[in-house]
Amino acid sequence: MTAVAAEGVWKFYGDYPALRNIALEAPEGACLALIGRNGAGKTTLLRALAGFSRPGKGKIRIFGHDPRELEARKRMGYIGHGISVYDELSALENLMLYGKLYGLENPRQTALEWLERTGLARVAGGLVREFSRGMRQRLAVARAFLHGPSVLLLDEPFTALDDRAIAVLQTLLREALAEGKTIVMSTHQLREALELASHVALLNRGQVAFHGPCTPEMVSDPGYVYARYGEGG
Amino acid sequence: MSFFRLVGVVAVKDLRAELRTKEAINASFGFALVILILFSFAFERSIEGVQEISGGLLWIVFAFAGTLILNRSFARELPNDCLDALISAPIPGAALFLGKAIANFVLVLAVELVSLPVFGIFYSVDWTKQIWELLLVLLLGTWGLTVIGTIFSALTVNIRLREVMLPMLTYPIMVPALLGAMQLSSALVAGKPIGPDNVSWLKMLAGFDLIYTAASMVLVETVLVG
Repeated sequence: MTAVAAEGVWKFYGDYPALRNIALEAPEGACLALIGRNGAGKTTLLRALAGFSRPGKGKIRIFGHDPRELEARKRMGYIGHGISVYDELSALENLMLYGKLYGLENPRQTALEWLERTGLARVAGGLVREFSRGMRQRLAVARAFLHGPSVLLLDEPFTALDDRAIAVLQTLLREALAEGKTIVMSTHQLREALELASHVALLNRGQVAFHGPCTPEMVSDPGYVYARYGEGG
Repeated sequence: MSFFRLVGVVAVKDLRAELRTKEAINASFGFALVILILFSFAFERSIEGVQEISGGLLWIVFAFAGTLILNRSFARELPNDCLDALISAPIPGAALFLGKAIANFVLVLAVELVSLPVFGIFYSVDWTKQIWELLLVLLLGTWGLTVIGTIFSALTVNIRLREVMLPMLTYPIMVPALLGAMQLSSALVAGKPIGPDNVSWLKMLAGFDLIYTAASMVLVETVLVG
């Protein structure tokens, strides 16, 4: 089954087309790496896939649903550029808040389990504003995985992470893939991404320059995709 | 989770965050106090004079001070991109809106309830003669301000000059609610109960609240996502 699909998606900022006729698919259980230079449209596409903004033209489907339908949102987890947790609340309060919003049966128990998994159990009651950068990032990861999403949309997930947070995230992503979950991630860190990716999509000036399975050449030489298909290729 | 429980979760989250920082409520109450004191120097202090202007004075103070709270409503979600997480959570936009509106309502009402005794002291007026009817007008008027302020706070959240834009957009739309609340409050502070001559203002206030609450609940998804 197709987990994530974009058909003829256009997105305009004023008159400028940030996305031009994007068509791509990620089957269930796939890991799709969205790569491209700065300004290629990766974040715009991920935000449209997550339902934060509607495309000007075209259709996006998450397991056959429009991303704004509650059914699609229940199955989606998103990590963007911000950590999306509240500085004024404690780590436990933040995770419980999202647990309640996602309708978890026992938000407190689930939140405590994720604080344990991300190494934050001992600071569960501490306010996020008192956390170090690495702790905040691990909390953001816990927030995105808390409700057991079937589709993970990750915008530059490894950028600005400390070593511990990278290790936590890589472990969680491998587990998610082993459980048959679907991952779509944009990244500049090609080596980390291509190790996980089953599919690759290269964006160039808002268009898909390449979309296909990740090959051994791509994994052994992360610059291969750019050299072969990139920058107008 | 039921719609109203989701509303409660959002409202409690906003209230908890505000009570931890007290950013908006302290600024709002301080502002209300300063305006009340400044106006007390500017206007005639006879009992009849004060009773006549009391409705206008109080609601101008409430509208100005309330804007400081309403401005923070969606702006609170900007640090750390929390708005993205709220928008992507599987909750109806109407629940998100109502939760935020209820939290704002509680905060604005708290500022009003503290401002009223201050008004009584500085203007030497007994405002408690029709206290229950005055409370009813406060509730209806404040809900009207809150609903308009909350939906426009969502609309202006990504505008750089939102602190300026919010009052410019909201005050003209609030005029009917403010007018009704001012007329009724002046009469009630003077000790005149709501009767046949001014009950139509009360009906208008209730109608305003109903219409704008319903319209905001329908429109909030479009306002946030486009």
